[in-house]
Amino acid sequence: MKVRNWIKMLGTVAATAALVFVLAGCGSAKGSGGATSQAESGTITIEGSDTMVNLAQAWAESYMGTNSGVAITVKGGGSGVGIASLVNGTVDYANASRAMKPEEITADKAAGHTPLETAVARDGIAVIVNSANSVKALSTDQLGKIYRGEIANWKDVGGKDAPIVLLGRDTSSGTYEFFNEAVVGKDAKYAKSMRNMQSSQAIVDEVKGNANAIGYVGMGYEEPAIAVLQVDGKAATVAAVKDGSYALSRDLYMYSNGAPTGAAKKYLDWILSAAGQKIVEQEGFVALAK
Amino acid sequence: MSRAADVTARVLITLLAFTAIAILASICVFLVQSAMKSMGEVGLLSMLKGTSWYPTSDPAEFGFLPSELGSFWVTFVALLLSVPLGVAAAVYLSEFATPVVKEFGKTIVEFMAAVPSVVFGLIGLYIVVPLIKTSFHLDSGLTGMSAGLIVGIVCLPTIISISEDAMRSVPDDLRRGSLALGSTRWQTAVKIILPAASSGIFAAVMLGLGRAIGETMVVLMLAGNAGILPSSPFMAARTLTGTIAQETGEVMRGGLHYSALFTMGLVLFAWTFIINLFADAILDRQKKKWS
Repeated sequence: MKVRNWIKMLGTVAATAALVFVLAGCGSAKGSGGATSQAESGTITIEGSDTMVNLAQAWAESYMGTNSGVAITVKGGGSGVGIASLVNGTVDYANASRAMKPEEITADKAAGHTPLETAVARDGIAVIVNSANSVKALSTDQLGKIYRGEIANWKDVGGKDAPIVLLGRDTSSGTYEFFNEAVVGKDAKYAKSMRNMQSSQAIVDEVKGNANAIGYVGMGYEEPAIAVLQVDGKAATVAAVKDGSYALSRDLYMYSNGAPTGAAKKYLDWILSAAGQKIVEQEGFVALAK
Repeated sequence: MSRAADVTARVLITLLAFTAIAILASICVFLVQSAMKSMGEVGLLSMLKGTSWYPTSDPAEFGFLPSELGSFWVTFVALLLSVPLGVAAAVYLSEFATPVVKEFGKTIVEFMAAVPSVVFGLIGLYIVVPLIKTSFHLDSGLTGMSAGLIVGIVCLPTIISISEDAMRSVPDDLRRGSLALGSTRWQTAVKIILPAASSGIFAAVMLGLGRAIGETMVVLMLAGNAGILPSSPFMAARTLTGTIAQETGEVMRGGLHYSALFTMGLVLFAWTFIINLFADAILDRQKKKWS
């Protein structure tokens, strides 16, 4: 009797141990997932930039309205998230409000793909403050000092005596990276006191309710309840971004693994056409110069 | 016939139990495997003590002390709110409420437990955050305190339900005996029922603690996520769970950033494990004392 019990117990323990190793092995052996087929009868998955998410959804809705055979899914999450998904092969297009970094390009190539960059629109980054704030304009140098934490009080830039509440995005955001390079400084870091908000909308909401907050969002997020600062003497207008005279102008990209084919290609062509670019302007961004 | 069924049932149940343990063990193994890279290249101690978290800069920094402190403050405030309130509510529901009020109260508590924490997060964002900002004259309401208060509300139903169950399972003889000897209902509740149910109440608090440490959505929306070292809950705080949630989407599988996030997960896992061990030890002592 006792021997049989022991054998049963050892058997179960051995089975359990085997299960543990199989499960653990499964996780590491999986590696990068399989690539999605781009000619998959009219399904396009797009993921990435939070700045572009409303624009991407507007495009998708308009295109699906006239092409009922195509299903387009758009997700946000940040440029970094979209690019990571592109490298993992789970999306057709990655929306990005910044260029791919060298290490991301290397990772994509290591996974067997060659990333293709297509500029689809232009954008300006609007620096926003509460409409009650008396400061109306700042230079890129002052903005840099504020975001590096060197200036911490509004009175040092001509406002009232109140501490500056710094708002920014998080590391998955292309806007975060672009602002880091363009304003904070390529090798410098954001101040630790900067609050990492989840999305541009979260920044807008906090600025609306906080008289001492400052934040940066894509131009498409401007609202009447917040004030947009002039940067280096230029306001963030469509014309200033189009000709590049606004300091914080940038291209918005869609990345794909290799040249797109089939339904995905037709969609990208449509985005670059007059119809797609018209939607860019409607959403508050800037169309590509023709 | 029934002998075979008996054996089959026993084998099946044993296998299922071991599968549950196997899954937990595999999670552990997977966590350690994925965290290995950063523990080797950056060093566990330097990550635990480091004060700068700049994973996408060049050179990258992976110190998550701010996140640890943030998690601590949020959990601290959450428990400060939910434990006294929860145990008091449970005492009321179990010992003093009339049957009608009790049914009504229990239904509401169970309903609260079913509400997704994101909803509480939204309520916190639009009501609690401005309130905290004006009441404490801070520059912003996005602090560890706001997140802690809402996480406390999220943990409340758990603590109330389980404490109330623990108190209800105390045999009626104890109550009747105490009342017969001349104690008031209040004395009975505090001096007899609470100590008798203490192991159950402690288990409830431990579950609440686990829930509070692991809460992700609410802290992401409300705590402010600034990289500073918070010396009080009135400052913006990062949390371990929030940072993992925010950054997991964008990391390259197998990279250093990916591995550092897994180390954070390992730290969370270790904290919860230690708390559970501690709770078990205390429960054991309680059992010995009362049996």
